Amino acid sequence: MDERVSRLVRRAEEEGLVDVAYAETDTPVGRLLVAATPRGLVRVCFPRESYDDVLGDLADRLSPRVLEVPGRLDEVRRELDEYFNGRRQRFELPLDWSLTTSDFRRRVLERTVRIPYGETISYRDAAAAAGNDRAVRAAGTALGANPIPIVVPCHRVLRTGGALGGYGGGLDTKRYLLQLEAGG
Amino acid sequence: MRYSRQPAGDLTSRPVAAQRSIHVKLPPFQLLLDSHSGELFRFLVASVGPVDAEDAFQETFLSALRAYPKLRDASNLRAWLFQIAHRKAIDVHRARARNPVPVETLPEQATSPRTESEPALWRAVRRLPDKQRSAVFLRFAADLDYAQIGAALECSEPAARQNVRAGLATIRKGWAHG
Repeated sequence: MDERVSRLVRRAEEEGLVDVAYAETDTPVGRLLVAATPRGLVRVCFPRESYDDVLGDLADRLSPRVLEVPGRLDEVRRELDEYFNGRRQRFELPLDWSLTTSDFRRRVLERTVRIPYGETISYRDAAAAAGNDRAVRAAGTALGANPIPIVVPCHRVLRTGGALGGYGGGLDTKRYLLQLEAGG
Repeated sequence: MRYSRQPAGDLTSRPVAAQRSIHVKLPPFQLLLDSHSGELFRFLVASVGPVDAEDAFQETFLSALRAYPKLRDASNLRAWLFQIAHRKAIDVHRARARNPVPVETLPEQATSPRTESEPALWRAVRRLPDKQRSAVFLRFAADLDYAQIGAALECSEPAARQNVRAGLATIRKGWAHG
């Protein structure tokens, strides 16, 4: 970013004109796009998704005042770094759930946040925690639509019997995260 | 039965159009910044000179950012940005007219080498009336076509063309007379 644009972004920040701030951050599972509102982290996305589409979606669903403000994501990037270095087991970031509008999906994801590091539950457990143990497929859909993966650890939800199931970041990424949490 | 010849598409497209007027799909503001900051800055440098262009640039984008979520028409965002820049340039010119800088106290251009290297022609364009000045710079510094100049200056395409033509004619006259 050139100095002129950086100065503009700083002033926009000071005046509270940035509704969605985003940045990119390098991790062992690829370069992630992370976005936050003043309420908290709202989106983490893997490189297999189109960043243009994701930013367009944020503009459409939250606010079109979407700007690249790396400084606003410093804390998020720091916690992600620590997590990938094995030095952090819990994220302490405020989350903005605005992108999850269904109550059921929200309950599934809130249950998912409470799965401890290194442990897993089944899709059925997630459905049950959300109040309907027969809605296994719907729980899978909720997890597949998780707007804040890694921080909301949907990689810790597996098929009954231990099969990986699916993952928005690709199964290699899911496997990588589970191995990381298993201590190597 | 003339009325039955109306294409069915007209009827079905109406609700969609109505929907769009309620929810305008605006691109992320960062996209506007990435696509247009360079040409807007060039337009402002031409319009108000390199020193005032810095502030005018900031003011243009901050105004745009303030108004952006309430924008009801996303069809010509580039012209909308230039419209704001045009107004900021007018503000600068009006402020100068109110507080003219005495010419003899101006440093010998040493502090602003970019002003020195500027075409003298641009300085002549800057003395044109607001609309002609912006029209000429939108055409030649920002490379907008006449339809876009019209959109930016809130006038018709022929009027935009006329403003450019009138501006150039005035300069040519001044040029010829030295």
